[in-house]
Amino acid sequence: MIKKHYDLVVIGGGSAGMAGAIEAHKLGIKNILIIDRNDYLGGILNQCVHNGFGLTEFKEELTGPEFMTRLSDEVKALNIEYVLNTTVTSILPDKTIFASNRDGYHIIKAKAILVTTGCYERNAGAIMLPGERPSGVITAGTAQLYLNVYGYLVGKRVFILGSGDIGLIMARRLTLEGAKVLGVAEICPYSNGLNRNIVQCLKDYNIPLYLSHTVSDVKGSDGRLLGITISQVDEHNNIIPGTAKGFECDTLLLPVGLVPNSPLLRDAGVELSRNKGAIINERYETNICGIFTAGNVLHVHDLVDLVTKESRLVAHYINEYLKGNSIIDQIYRPVIAGDGLGYVLPHKVGTHPLNEVTFKFRVRRPVKDVNVIFYEDNQTIKSVFKPVLIPSEMTEITLSLDELKQFKQTINVKLEAKQ
Amino acid sequence: MRELICITCPRGCHLVVDDNKNVTGNFCPRGVTYAINEITRLVRVVTSSVKLTNSVYPRVSVKTKDPIPKSKIGAVMEEINRVSLKAPVKIGDIAIQNVLNLGVDVVVTKNIDK
Repeated sequence: MIKKHYDLVVIGGGSAGMAGAIEAHKLGIKNILIIDRNDYLGGILNQCVHNGFGLTEFKEELTGPEFMTRLSDEVKALNIEYVLNTTVTSILPDKTIFASNRDGYHIIKAKAILVTTGCYERNAGAIMLPGERPSGVITAGTAQLYLNVYGYLVGKRVFILGSGDIGLIMARRLTLEGAKVLGVAEICPYSNGLNRNIVQCLKDYNIPLYLSHTVSDVKGSDGRLLGITISQVDEHNNIIPGTAKGFECDTLLLPVGLVPNSPLLRDAGVELSRNKGAIINERYETNICGIFTAGNVLHVHDLVDLVTKESRLVAHYINEYLKGNSIIDQIYRPVIAGDGLGYVLPHKVGTHPLNEVTFKFRVRRPVKDVNVIFYEDNQTIKSVFKPVLIPSEMTEITLSLDELKQFKQTINVKLEAKQ
Repeated sequence: MRELICITCPRGCHLVVDDNKNVTGNFCPRGVTYAINEITRLVRVVTSSVKLTNSVYPRVSVKTKDPIPKSKIGAVMEEINRVSLKAPVKIGDIAIQNVLNLGVDVVVTKNIDK
């Protein structure tokens, strides 16, 4: 039975939502509700049956379902209230939540909201995939759901466009289940997956990786995929004539990136960044006081361990907010990401941060032997040497309160080759 | 001679191991340890799913409880594909005991009540 008032409503019962709710409960927030649209907690981890999760969170290597069960067991043990099969249709800036389920329509008032709605997959349209759209062109996560939860193999001869981790993991899963994976094409001159997955998912099974290649044509017959053509690209991602290679296949898998699932935030009036996640301050609070966000709806993480860590941190800021310790009249200093940096979180830091601030960022392309420099005007306030940075691994650098105090107007971050 | 990519850290050094187990291409000593392990004791945990009856979900996820030799992955998958379990199942339930006499069980990795 959903009540009318909660101190904290968590929207999305995946790993971010559960970890945030658990931590909030431990901090003394007792009137919590988790809302999830599926008929289970755990979100995407239910279909991530591979292992490699939990090395930092639980100090052991777990599969996705095992990882999320640790969290859902704790949610249940702490008697944190949750409702399943319930869709939040909108939230208002005054933190009214509208939700719908089989019992009807619910209007819930929250003192604070944590939005942990995860991310969704980019698809054929998002990458302007050329050629036809027959059956058999499918996003990798959808193929993973069909295979791991429902037991359907999506095809027998598969080509994969995109070398992110989901693509690599699906290359191995499909091979183990009897499909022939013909190859993986990657438009960048480097893979966007973890080295571990390149080795254990492609090299173990002799699956070729075509770097600087993309799909240049898709052909179908009677509505089913017949084959694809890949071509090499130049440094501007333009197709190089005369490099076309054809593959007969019944499936083209598209692991071509994930996008924060943020329409609820957008419609509530939350300002979004270019990557579609909310613009947040150092307390992971959006421009609407009391609406917080964490996990993949904020920025897409490499590993679930980083998601739960972030969400637990946000729970502390939610607790401060509910205790009335937020400083709403402080002036914010924008954080400006320099050349070579994809993004830096948080987007702004107040003049009175409660704690040290851990900045999270990604580089646009692999770099070696660089200093990451936090500066204002000509004054370097912190410089950290990194022997290697790659786009597929998020990097964290923490600045102390003393260091943060030295910035006046803006916090600038840049990369500089080590002398 | 074998060529490997070290997976110990994000640098991803390209290693070469010669017939006398000399490792080159490594940035740090961890590369040597990785390369020697990869050529002398090549093992992997296999994760998959098996058929499930008496449930709204037709599959339940499983894994080998410990790593198995890489050369046995195909044979172990054939065994996994023969298994059918009946709900309810819970994490740690044995799907296959001592698969192919490798001394490793295949265990369930998800709780499914119905």
